[in-house]
Amino acid sequence: MFEVRIHGRGGQGVVTAAEMLSLAAFDEGRYAQAFPSFGSERMGAPVVAFCRIDDHEIRTREPVMEPDALIVQDPTLLHQADVFGGCRPAGFILINSIRSFDELGLGDFVASFRHERLLTVPASEFAREHTGRAVANAALLGGFAALSGLISLDAMSRAIRERFSGNVAEGNVAAAQAAHDWVAGEMKELSGAVPA
Amino acid sequence: MPCQLEGSRAVAEAVALCRPEVICAYPISPQTHIVENLSQLVKTGELGPCEFVNVESEFAAMSASIGASATGARAYTATASQGLLYMTEALYNASGLGLPIVMTLANRAIGAPINIWNDHSDSMSQRDSGWIQLYAETNQEALDLHIQAFRLAEELSTPVMVCMDGFILTHAVERVAMPTQEQVDAFLPAFQPRQLLNPDEPITIGAMVGPEAFMEVKYLAHAKQMQALELIPEIAADFKEAFGRDSGGLLHLYRTEDAETIVVALGSVLGTIKDTIDELREQGVKIGALGIVSFRPFPLQEVRAALGGAQRVVVLEKALAVGIGGIVAANVRMALAGIHLHCYNVIAGLGGRPITKASLRGLFADAAADRLEELTFLDMDWNVVNRELARMGASRASGPHAENILRDVGPVAAGPV
Repeated sequence: MFEVRIHGRGGQGVVTAAEMLSLAAFDEGRYAQAFPSFGSERMGAPVVAFCRIDDHEIRTREPVMEPDALIVQDPTLLHQADVFGGCRPAGFILINSIRSFDELGLGDFVASFRHERLLTVPASEFAREHTGRAVANAALLGGFAALSGLISLDAMSRAIRERFSGNVAEGNVAAAQAAHDWVAGEMKELSGAVPA
Repeated sequence: MPCQLEGSRAVAEAVALCRPEVICAYPISPQTHIVENLSQLVKTGELGPCEFVNVESEFAAMSASIGASATGARAYTATASQGLLYMTEALYNASGLGLPIVMTLANRAIGAPINIWNDHSDSMSQRDSGWIQLYAETNQEALDLHIQAFRLAEELSTPVMVCMDGFILTHAVERVAMPTQEQVDAFLPAFQPRQLLNPDEPITIGAMVGPEAFMEVKYLAHAKQMQALELIPEIAADFKEAFGRDSGGLLHLYRTEDAETIVVALGSVLGTIKDTIDELREQGVKIGALGIVSFRPFPLQEVRAALGGAQRVVVLEKALAVGIGGIVAANVRMALAGIHLHCYNVIAGLGGRPITKASLRGLFADAAADRLEELTFLDMDWNVVNRELARMGASRASGPHAENILRDVGPVAAGPV
């Protein structure tokens, strides 16, 4: 089982991101369970959503407390909520930011983590460029597909098109593609910079 | 066809496949997505002929459902929590009149303190309202139970409540197999009302009945639920033949054959319980689970047969009868009358507190070693309770509990999960 936790704020499409990730996993023939953290529904409030992916039926209903991957859609949460609760050094972390982990003040925290599984990606910028809005959920999923290798970009794009239609869908698919390619490029650089 | 859907959407589509003719509903979290989806299906014409009635309250929703059902229309509604309480008077009328309305209950806590999250306080408060109550473990079972519920309700002419955990199921996006219209049409015959308000052949429904016959009329509602004990497994067997799935029935057994400890629960928490049981089984603990699908009627004999051979029973429930303890446990103890075994009662998950595998592991280990109290509150923060009790002891004017405790623990839902 692979467990993903997504942090953001009300109105940023965090719950939709978990849903789209589950749609992509389903599209690839896997079982997936996406659900929100059920907080009070209001704009701007911290929101958490979860997605579990497995090869067989998922029965557990507990929240994801020790995520294999963490996606942070809103970096202003980093020092407010316990975003990193339960994160383990082998886990993936993807943060929507133009800053690096060090610049975000997270360098010490992730020192023991596998650095090739940690990335920040300017997802809001990709979203603004391709959709005209800074709603970064689809872009982050594209980036996550590249970082984790868990889901193909094709499946992710189909999931975006299932959830949205018309220009909104195409803009978000383009944002996901751009973030995917950007992350793939960063990873290439990272793997080149450090001996295996 | 397998599809990946939100639970609310899956239930709405399943209800639509049952061809309801009148839907009267008032939105309330976490039921809202169900009726939103249904109103959309009516508006686009995908569900029709069907009248979607926007009413001004849950009392009106149930009252209009009663009227619709009495005219021979297949009637459906959905609610949760305070909404269920608001329609309570009409609930008793629906069952007392024997009208086969089907209602989804998206289980949610009851205030005060106000709380939108999941537990079973709402449906448990209406367990004796005369409605049949079925509890879904998964979204697949939730949608399957609705298809079975219309057949059950109409065959007996009694209303059925399908209970699914609010948010945990209603808002979970997961894989479900959606039946085809042809399959549902073949399984669910057209509604043949036992009583019908028809201007061409006028009758009245709802006469006043005095002491000379009230008990007899009330008994008939009980008799129908006793018939339901036979009918529910029959319908589940027919369903399996038609759809190829085990869904519904009176109860579900999981690894109980040689179990010394059997956990009893209702609804979605059974998934987490089963995973925990698998882990404990690997360590050699002889433990299993009994999931109750039909809480009303309560299958006393089947529960007795399933639990009677165990050494101990742990009834884990998401409701609290203030002043005595567990509600499900009281019913289970009635089923076990005369059998000597330990019956532990655990209150868990009130107001949406997550029920985690870690907590269940500890709980079941304590149970297996007979270290549990008769009544346990899972993951209760006794420091919080004791601080408030101390404040009450220290001052006559200690103030409101909820506000005092929030000052101790911080604002609502501020944690990461």
